[in-house]
Amino acid sequence: MSATHPKLARRARLRFDEREQKHMLLYPERGLLLNASAAAIVELCDGTRTVDEIVEALASASGAPRDRIAADVAALLASLGDKGLVE
Amino acid sequence: MSAPRPYTLIAEITYRCPLHCVYCSNPTSYREHASEMKTDDWLRVLDEAAALGVVQTHFTGGEPLARSDLEALVERAHARGMYTNLVTSGVPFDRARFEALAARGLDHVQVSFQGADAASSRNFADADVSDQKLAAARAARELDLALTVNVVLHRGNLDQVPDIVALAERLGADRLELANVQFHGFAFENRGALMPTREGLERARDVAVAAKERLRGKMDVLFVKPDHFSEHPRACMDGWARRFVQVIPDGTVVPCHAATTIRSLEFERVSAERSLGEIWETSPALAAFRGDAWMPEPCRSCDRKAIDFGGCRCQAYALLGDAALTDPACRLSPQNDAIARAREELPRRFLFRGLADKDR
Repeated sequence: MSATHPKLARRARLRFDEREQKHMLLYPERGLLLNASAAAIVELCDGTRTVDEIVEALASASGAPRDRIAADVAALLASLGDKGLVE
Repeated sequence: MSAPRPYTLIAEITYRCPLHCVYCSNPTSYREHASEMKTDDWLRVLDEAAALGVVQTHFTGGEPLARSDLEALVERAHARGMYTNLVTSGVPFDRARFEALAARGLDHVQVSFQGADAASSRNFADADVSDQKLAAARAARELDLALTVNVVLHRGNLDQVPDIVALAERLGADRLELANVQFHGFAFENRGALMPTREGLERARDVAVAAKERLRGKMDVLFVKPDHFSEHPRACMDGWARRFVQVIPDGTVVPCHAATTIRSLEFERVSAERSLGEIWETSPALAAFRGDAWMPEPCRSCDRKAIDFGGCRCQAYALLGDAALTDPACRLSPQNDAIARAREELPRRFLFRGLADKDR
């Protein structure tokens, strides 16, 4: 799992792709298109917030159930962590 | 069909190189395309690539450090929002240039090694450059750039894989690319001496799989599939002129490193009058093997045709003389025995790239 204050790895860059109208996570020789909810999570991974604070911020912004958001955040951070894209 | 969006530009900015690798992927006829576009031409290509939707640029060659305008090109690609990759031998190593490249927005450096020890670069690149490579890799890490250690694997270094993994770990690499040699360019000429054994490949793969598992989240370990020992061909370039667009030193637009070897196709050069975008959309040579309309049987009715795209066109051309045939690396190819024959090829003396009088 991720660190207490997840942060995008130095080798990864988030940018908005005009064509797809989606965020794209770029890293060496690869790229991932993110859906809106994944992009919202990644944008909050700036090293200043804990996982709980990220979930809280998303829950208050979207009004979606906190449990579901917590599960989404955990799953995304685990998958990006496996790729070495969040630290 | 309309042209798909290319995500990656492979900018082969020069064919000059201080090394002489026996497996170099540049065509042995590289000198036909060795005249080099000027800085302004490359800047225009980068702008046009960004407009086409490219988000990754690989600066490669030859040795891209041989061009003194590399910094300006990286700066432009970065300004266009692209992720910038430098694919380098690390030679000649110059710390000040690495600092300048990092300052202009370079994201990632891939340093190639010939093996885990200094003797490998002498044996397989005819150059005593191991110290410079180590210095380049360390500089990349110190400058906070992403680092890939790349090693082309072949019979002569396959048993070094455990030491290569240890080297990449010591250097703090983000990625280790264990790239089993593909038989194009000089590697095709040298295939007898480079051809691995099945047992050697299996041992190396086991080491790579274990390292990948152990280093998950720290270092990405890639083991590029050896297609002379597989049932299915490689998904070469993820399909012809599909996700990758490549421009070689003289401005010729190709789908891959080896495509100029296919003499039946005429590739076009970018110019102020003929943009990268126009060529990508309308060049007959780039359209020749896009999609699946060109496919013969057994590809046409194969349920893997959207997975491996019929394999490698350059390999079909090199081994069978016809780029429109199924890659003979596929076990379903009627000419699959061409691969068996290539595996049995006897070793000859190495042809070193770029050594006087030895190239074609």
